[in-house]
Parts: sequence; C-alpha cells; structure tokens
Amino acid sequence: MDSELTLQVDGATHHLMIDTRTSLLDALRQRMGITSPKKGCDHGQCGACTVLVDGRRVLGCLALAVAYDGAEITTADGLAPGDAGGHPVHQAFLDNDAFQCGYCTPGQVCSAVGVLDEIGRGWPSAVTEDVAAGPRLDDAAAMDAEIAERMSGNLCRCGAYKGIRAAVSQAARAGGAVR
Amino acid sequence: MKPFAYQVPGDAVAAVRSVADRPDASFLAGGTNLVDHLRLGLIEPGLLVDVTSLTSDEITDHEGGLRIGAAVRNSDLAADRRVRERFPVLAESLLAGASGQLRNMATTGGNPLQRTRCVYFQDVSTPCNKREPGSGCSAIGGSTRNHAILGASEHCIATQPSDMGVALAALDAAVQVLGPGGERTIPFTELHRLPGETPERDTVLEHGELITAIDVPDLPIARRSRYRKVRDRASYAFALVSVAAALDVADGVVRDARIALGGVAHVPWRARRAEEALRGAPVSEQSYREAAEAELADARPQDGIDGGNGFKIPLVTGTLVATLRELAGEEA
Repeated sequence: MDSELTLQVDGATHHLMIDTRTSLLDALRQRMGITSPKKGCDHGQCGACTVLVDGRRVLGCLALAVAYDGAEITTADGLAPGDAGGHPVHQAFLDNDAFQCGYCTPGQVCSAVGVLDEIGRGWPSAVTEDVAAGPRLDDAAAMDAEIAERMSGNLCRCGAYKGIRAAVSQAARAGGAVR
Repeated sequence: MKPFAYQVPGDAVAAVRSVADRPDASFLAGGTNLVDHLRLGLIEPGLLVDVTSLTSDEITDHEGGLRIGAAVRNSDLAADRRVRERFPVLAESLLAGASGQLRNMATTGGNPLQRTRCVYFQDVSTPCNKREPGSGCSAIGGSTRNHAILGASEHCIATQPSDMGVALAALDAAVQVLGPGGERTIPFTELHRLPGETPERDTVLEHGELITAIDVPDLPIARRSRYRKVRDRASYAFALVSVAAALDVADGVVRDARIALGGVAHVPWRARRAEEALRGAPVSEQSYREAAEAELADARPQDGIDGGNGFKIPLVTGTLVATLRELAGEEA
C-alpha cells in the first residue's frame, strides 16, 4: 500500500509515493539516492544507518518512512561545513584517523553530532556518577568514559574505536562542550 | 513483510476505535521493537495506527508526583530535571537501556510493552508458545542464560526486557489506559502478567487499549534510589539481572525500602518479600543477604545447553547487596 510523503533531506525537498513498509533508511538510499546512511544489520543493533531527524540522532532502519512525513533529515553528507570547509566532526575524524574501511563512519559522524548536542544540554548518561548533576565536563577521564558510553550504539567492525573516541573528544573541545 | 495500511487518526479516541475494530491492527509509537518484528516476520498486521502525535509528549506535575505522557521519548524522560532529582532510579534505568539513537525514538508508552528478547521467540523457525500458542517452548532445555528464575511456567520461561519497567515497578507507578470502553488505571505492577498457560499475553491490556500516560507518585524515599544493571558487555545490552532500589535508613536501621528486579521473570519483579525483610532490620550486609534470600526462596533456575541460569541466584544476591550497600552509604 502506498502513501504520500514529503521529506527535507540535507536541505532539499523530496516528494514521493512510498510503500508503507519502506524504512526511512531504504527511502533515503533506494528512492532518493542518498547513500551516506549505510545498511549494516537492519535490526537496530549496529548504528550504521544513524541520521539526524529534526536535529536528534535516530536509526533509519527502525523508522518507517511514512511516520516521518514532514521531517527534516540530516545525513553525514549534509552536515553543514565549518570554518575550515568541513564540519568539525568530519574534520576530527580525519585528524584522528577514526576509521579503517569507512562503512560505519557516516553513522558514527551523525551519532557524534548528536552526542555533542546531548552533552551540551547537560543530559546524563549511564556512566554519569550523579544523574542530577549531569556529566562532568572538566574531568578528562570522566569525559572519555562519557563519550565511549554515548557512542556505544555505533559498532565498528574494524575496531577503530580508539580513533573514534579521540575524534569525538576533539570535536567536543572544539565545539566548546568540553574544556 | 506483508503489506499494511498506515493511519494517523485525529485523536486518541479515534485511534483506539481503529485498532479495536480490527483484530489485525496494531498501535505504532517509536517503532523500535515493532518495526524489527515486522522485518523478522513475528507479526503481520494489516493496519498500523500511529499514535505518536496523539498522546501527550509532556511531563507534568501531578498530585505531588509526575504524569508522563505516553509520547515522551525515553531520552527526554531521562533528561528531565525533576526525574533526575526526585526519581534518579528512573533516569538511570532509562539510560542503562538501548542506545542514544533508540532512546530518542522509544516512547514512555511503548517501552513497557516491548517484547521478550528470547532468541527462540524472535526466530520464527523454532517452536514458541508465546509466538504460536501450543507449539511448545524451545527455550526449556535450550539456551536459558537470558531466561527466568522466578514465576516461569512449563509453557514459557521468557523474561521482560524493559529497564524502565523495573524502576516503575519499584516506584508504585500507575498506568493510564484508554480503551474502547473508556479509561482505566492499572497499577504498574499489575500491567504485566506471568506466563502461566497463556504466555502469548504479555500484559493485561485488551486489544485496542492504549497507554496514554504513566503516573509516578510522590515518593520521598525515591530521592535516594539507584538502578544497577549487570550484562554481558558494559553498554548496549539487555540485563542478565538488574536491581531498582530505594532505601530509607536512620540510626542504623532500615526504615523502608522499594525494590524491583529485572531479567528474572516474565514481569518486572517487585521484590516485596525483600522489602518486608528489610523493614526494621539493622543496616548490615547480613540484612541485605537475608532480604535477597527471602525474595529468591522460590527461585527455580533452568538447566540449559549453555550451562543454565543458576548463576542468576548469586548474581541477583550480589547485585542487590551492592545496590543496598551503596544506598545506605549515601545516606550516612
């Protein structure tokens, strides 16, 4: 059964008729030709399909496209560039060699953007000592643990986690979320 | 995946009517469990009724406690300052579950209704009484590492996977439900049911009944509360066992306690025997151990090809003792 849908993706408007069974991930990749979100497990376990919906990180594979009519979606492709020409998170991944094969990278990058926003809002995580007080931004060890925990929904089969943690940490400092 | 119609009715009453009218209709909220089940072939609805925009997405002060709209996302609930200060166990339970992406999608109404992660339930090629009543239970005598030690039946040994549900069970929460016949309130501890002979039914909700809000009552003891979860990896995994606890101690004596266990039963297991054992008991490691023993007196571990789940008895005991010790220390 088909349904009509309008999505804003990386600044462009897309109108389409879509089978109600289509995931947001498949709509992006198969129908709109936007291939930076990747299909890994297709079961919400790997994070390769992570995109930002109205600024918040979600999994494209577990989202039915029809339920996102009118949403504004940002993929790793569409992240706005910073002063140096690339988005600070993209640049941090390059600077820290935060990948090997690169397949999980667009999802990691979108997730990292979401993590920085969440830390900036003072949201606690499972490793935050005192959830009422929020994450400790002044303690490097605590911050590294925060980043690892918050990025745990993004798997990297190459095991580039060391670089990914360093990249997110660099982007957090650059963005002023962490001193 | 079979074709299905998709609908966003004008309001919650119309949504309830739509689902109640069709046996093959389901509500859709965050979709994190339901969409996976569509893909796995576990469910084949003919109609999905999207309720994400039809219930409240706000947390409001309510009779001294909080009323949490069913559409409040798990991430927003965990980040709410009132929840973090007055019910830390609830914030911690949410943060212990899933990943940041999933918490941005999953809702307050949907989280407690997520279904078991029993591998046999999720594998349509194996018999499962929960998925296909009367077909048998593949978990019994199979891999039982993630299965129940309390309240199981010969028909099903699955566990309820929600972390949030364990905290809500400890907090005396109540579920606001809208059905074809009107509204009703269900104590959270009575929402889920033991498997018995009908493991296909996870909860007492009737077809067409929709959770519209969850109320957490004013509960001063909850200001000192913790959620401790033990799992096979440090993050992004379901609980082997978990403990939600709140403790009130004074002058070396336990005045009151609220305790619920996760990963041990078909329901978030409210540990009333442990609470009873603790009230009036001295603040000591021995009291905590006796409370765990009281709660686990009827525990029945499962044998299994993976060595069974007898390890959960010492694991629950150790986790409960550690949580209570920490809470008592905070008080001192």
